[in-house]
Amino acid sequence: MHEISGTDRWHRLIPWLFLLPAMLFFTVYVISPILQSIWISFFDWDGFGDKVFIGLGNYVELGEDPLFWTSLKNNILWLVFYMLAVPLGLGVALFLNQQVLGIRAVKSLFFFPFVISQVIVGVVFAWFYDPSYGLLQKALGLFGMGPLPILADETLVTYGIIAAGLWPQIAYTMILYLTGLNNLNPEQIEAARMDGAHGWKMLRHVILPQLRPATFLAIVVTVIGALRSFDLVATMTGGGPYGSSSVLAFFMYEQAIFNYRMGYGAAIATVLFAIMLIYISFFLWRMLRAERG
Amino acid sequence: MFPTPIQKTSPLTQISYRIALPLSIVLWLLPMFAVMMTSVRSIGDINAGNYWGWPKDWMLVENYSAVFGNTNMGRYLLNSVLITVPVMVASVALATLAGFSLAKYRFRGRIAIFATFIGGNFVPFQILMIPVRDLTIDLGLYDSIWALILFHTAFQTGFCTLFMRNFIVDLPDELFESCRLDGASEWHIFRKIVLPLVRPALAALAVLIFTFVWNDYFWALVLVQSDEVRPVTAGISALRGQWLASWQLISAGSIVAALPPVILFFTMQRHFIAGLTLGATKG
Repeated sequence: MHEISGTDRWHRLIPWLFLLPAMLFFTVYVISPILQSIWISFFDWDGFGDKVFIGLGNYVELGEDPLFWTSLKNNILWLVFYMLAVPLGLGVALFLNQQVLGIRAVKSLFFFPFVISQVIVGVVFAWFYDPSYGLLQKALGLFGMGPLPILADETLVTYGIIAAGLWPQIAYTMILYLTGLNNLNPEQIEAARMDGAHGWKMLRHVILPQLRPATFLAIVVTVIGALRSFDLVATMTGGGPYGSSSVLAFFMYEQAIFNYRMGYGAAIATVLFAIMLIYISFFLWRMLRAERG
Repeated sequence: MFPTPIQKTSPLTQISYRIALPLSIVLWLLPMFAVMMTSVRSIGDINAGNYWGWPKDWMLVENYSAVFGNTNMGRYLLNSVLITVPVMVASVALATLAGFSLAKYRFRGRIAIFATFIGGNFVPFQILMIPVRDLTIDLGLYDSIWALILFHTAFQTGFCTLFMRNFIVDLPDELFESCRLDGASEWHIFRKIVLPLVRPALAALAVLIFTFVWNDYFWALVLVQSDEVRPVTAGISALRGQWLASWQLISAGSIVAALPPVILFFTMQRHFIAGLTLGATKG
C-alpha cells in the first residue's frame, strides 16, 4: 500500500495550473460559443426578444432559400479554384529557388501581398477591375475587347474575387514550398540525376514526395482560407450583384447583423462549421498520428 | 538542389532568367504599383482619366496630409496599435505557459486538450460570432477596444499554443531533470530555463500575431462601431464610403494602413517566415 501524499497531489496539479489561463480564455471565447451557436440555430430569435424553439425550422428554411444555395455553390467554387494556389505557389517557388544576386529581395517582394490586409487587397483589385478606368480594361482594350465589368457581372463576379484572393494565397503557398525546397535531401537528388532523371520526371518522382509536408500544409491553409473568405467579398462587392457573389460566411453575417435573424444566422454558421469540421478532423487525425510516431 | 542551379545552364537560359526575374516582379506587384502611383496624383489627373500614366502633378504631401488631416486615420492607426500590442503580449504569454505544460508533463487528457487548441484555431469565425457578440455586450465591453483585445487574445492563444508546444517539445528533457534534482520548483524551471530558451519562438510568434490581428476585419465589424475605437481595416472601409471617387485619398489611406505590417515583415523577415512555415519540413 502506498498513500497519496500531499506533494504528490500537488505535483499532479502543476501542469493544470500552467494550462489554466489559456484554457479559460479559449473555453469562454471559442469552445463554448461553438456549442451555443449550434443551440441558437434551433431557435427563432431576433437578438433582443425571447427565443422561440423551432427545431429544425431554420435548416428547413435554408433548404428553400436560393441565396443559401448560391452561397454554398460559391463556397465550392472558392474551394476548387482557390486550390490553384497550391500548384501556382509551387511554380513560383521553383522559379525563385536559385542563388543569384538579389534573389532574397525578390522572394520578399513576391511574399509581400500576404502581409497586407485583405481589405486593402480588395480595394486594390476593385480598382484593377473597374470597368471605366481599371488596368484590366486597358489590357483588354489592347486586344480589341470591350470593357468587361467583372464585379457587376453575376456569372464572373465570384471568379474575379477568387482571383484577388489568389494573389496573397499564392504568396503563402510559395513561401511554404520555398522552405520545403530548402530542406530537400541533396544526396537523393544527386543519385536520381546520376540515373538520368531530370525535369518533370525528377519533379514527380523525387522532389514532390519530399515536399509532401509542405504540400499538406499548403492544402490545409488554402482550404481554411477558402472557407473563411469574408473580407474580400465584403469589401469588393458586399455579396452583390443581387447576392450572386455571396459566400456562407458573408450570408451569415448579413442575416444576423442586418436582418436581425440570429437563429437563421446561427444555422448558416453551423453548416459552414460542419463543412470545416471535415477538414479539421482530417488535419487533427494526421497530426496526432505523426505525433505518435 | 532543384531545379538545376541557373549557373550550370546555358548562357541563353541564364540571360533569360535574369530578364524574367525583374519582369515577373513588376507583373506580380502591378496592382500595388498602381495604387502607389494613384496615391500621389491630383484630383485633376483622376478626373482627366489619367490613371495609369505618369502623374502630372505630384501631390504626395497634399494627399497624405489630407488623409491624416481630414479624416480619423490617425485615430484608426492608434486604435490598431492599442488593440494589437496587448493581444500580442497576452496571447504569447498564455500560450507559453500552456505550451510548456503540454510539451513537458505527461497527464491524462493532454492530447485531447492539445487537439482542442489546434482544432479551435481553424473554426470559421461565424460560428463564434453571435455568442461572442452577446458576451461582449453582457460584459459592457461592446464598442470598446477591450472587446477586440479579449477576443483576439483568446483566439490567437490556440495558434500560439500549437506553436509553443511544438517548440518546447524539442528542448532536451535532461535540462529539466537536472534542475528538478537540484530541487528547483516547477515555476523556477519555467522562468529560468523555458523562458530564455523560447526567445526565438517568441519573436516569430509576436510578428505573426501582430500581422493577423492588425489585418482583422470581421471582428472589427462585429464588436465595435464608432470611429473612436475602430481599427484601421474597418476605418479604411468606412472611408471608402465617404470618399467614393476620390481614389487618390483611398489609395493613400490604404498605403498608410498597410505600412505597419509591411515594415514589420521586412525588418523581422527571418522570424516571420520561420513562424509561418512551421511544419513545412516535417510532419
